[in-house]
Amino acid sequence: MIAAVDSSAPAILVRDLHKSYGAVEAVRGIDFEVATGEVFGLLGPNGAGKTTTVEVLEGYRERTSGIVSVLGHDPSTRPRALRERVGIVLQSSGVYRHATVGELVAHWAGFYPRPRDVGEVIDLAGLRESENVRARRLSGGQARRLDFALALVGDPELIFLDEPTTGFDPAARRAAWETIRALADLGKTVLLTTHYLDEAQALCDRVAIVKDGRILAVGAPAELGVGASSRYRVSWCDEGGEPQTRETDDPTALLHQLTSAALARGTGLAELSVTRPSLEDVYLELTAEPGDEPAAVTAGAGGSRRGRGRR
Amino acid sequence: MSGALALTWRQYRLERRMFWRNPSAAFFNFVLPLLFLGLFGAIFAGSQTDLDVIVPGIAGMSVMTTTFVALAMNMVYLREQGVLKRLRGTPLPSGAYLGGLAAHAITNTAIQLSIVIAAGALLFGVGLPENWLMLGVFVAAGVVCLGSLGVALSHAIPNFDSAPAYVNAIFLPVIVISGVFYDAENAPAFMRDLAQVLPLTHLIDGLSAALVTGAPFADHLSDLAVVLAWAALGAVLAVRGFSWEARRG
Repeated sequence: MIAAVDSSAPAILVRDLHKSYGAVEAVRGIDFEVATGEVFGLLGPNGAGKTTTVEVLEGYRERTSGIVSVLGHDPSTRPRALRERVGIVLQSSGVYRHATVGELVAHWAGFYPRPRDVGEVIDLAGLRESENVRARRLSGGQARRLDFALALVGDPELIFLDEPTTGFDPAARRAAWETIRALADLGKTVLLTTHYLDEAQALCDRVAIVKDGRILAVGAPAELGVGASSRYRVSWCDEGGEPQTRETDDPTALLHQLTSAALARGTGLAELSVTRPSLEDVYLELTAEPGDEPAAVTAGAGGSRRGRGRR
Repeated sequence: MSGALALTWRQYRLERRMFWRNPSAAFFNFVLPLLFLGLFGAIFAGSQTDLDVIVPGIAGMSVMTTTFVALAMNMVYLREQGVLKRLRGTPLPSGAYLGGLAAHAITNTAIQLSIVIAAGALLFGVGLPENWLMLGVFVAAGVVCLGSLGVALSHAIPNFDSAPAYVNAIFLPVIVISGVFYDAENAPAFMRDLAQVLPLTHLIDGLSAALVTGAPFADHLSDLAVVLAWAALGAVLAVRGFSWEARRG
């Protein structure tokens, strides 16, 4: 039915997407593309329109207007050929509570024309030890792994992950990140939503920062920082111990000056650092409410706001 | 393996297995009607007139618990838990899923009725059914009617915590008014009038003829018409209000 697909065609294409619930405009004109094999993140505070956007792409919601293409299909008609190629991890969803993990994964495998090996999927999701445990006895983290397993067993090309690690402890988050990276290594396309900066930074090839139903910026996590302000920030402590900061387009000359002076004095340069704006800085700048503390940002479960384990 | 029939069968098999692992579902669907049959059978022992009423009455009640009660509770639960939404995102055809669910409910109806009929014949002196065809027709109409009304009711129930209240607020008065436990002819006039409107009364009348009295089918076509009218209403409401996910708060 499907002719040879142009591999350069984007896995997901969204043009001027609008979605209203009655008088409420949840999505107000969103454009983005996700390339095949890319891990793309929608990053934004709660209520930004991330889930609505993803649910339009998953076929759960009808868009109000705009163009949407998922693996070459219009998701609003929910064609079975598309559902066979897509795996969905919803923000929250239940299963048959009295079935075991193994039974559920095997049952789900039967929905798909070319499922993956059930045991392999259970291993990939880290559920080997819970295989014979009934779903209702799983911990929150294990239940989330089961969500992953059920979404992956059909061997999808494209995987939607709606806030895959919300509510996780740090160890469980790391484990989930490893699973998502394993998917990326398999060449799968991943669209994930998150309100964790570190998660977007750690996992995504590209990120779109979403707020109030609009995209404020799109790019690789590193590029986003560069785009907002290409300046380097150089900080150090002067002879009197006073902290100094200077911004510059090219820190080479400044650093030469500072280090020469320090060498001439025969002292060190205390607390010298050269930084570029991080994704966090960009995010805070873009999503800040006027006259408001940037409280919308949620720190990672580990307490650190900085990207960790970045690859 | 992904043929629609094969998928329906797999879904049915899963529903069957899960059913027996859930003690409360098994109790409400299975034990309760049989418990009532045992209790009322004991109370009415010696009075064949009463036993002749209670056996078709409990048969009608069994149809209602296995379809109306079970589906209303089930749909609210599956919707609230997000099971329906998750399944909707898979290639499983909706028809295969709902077909499996319906076949599961019908199996419970068939098992229940077999037990009630066997008990009627062996323990309560009612004998074997007089008219198997009529029995089949009324049971089929009753399943469609009460099943679709159960699904329709599930749309009106806001959440699973309140589901037992909604379901029992209908189920309990209906089984009393419709004459499950006594001959509806002996009830006060306002209850008799009310009962005439309800489908369970007419289902029990039809079952009574098929199981006990052997009255001709032709005498009970009006009963069948009432059950089918409710079935049509139930089907429209069940389809119109259908949603794969819980309403947003």
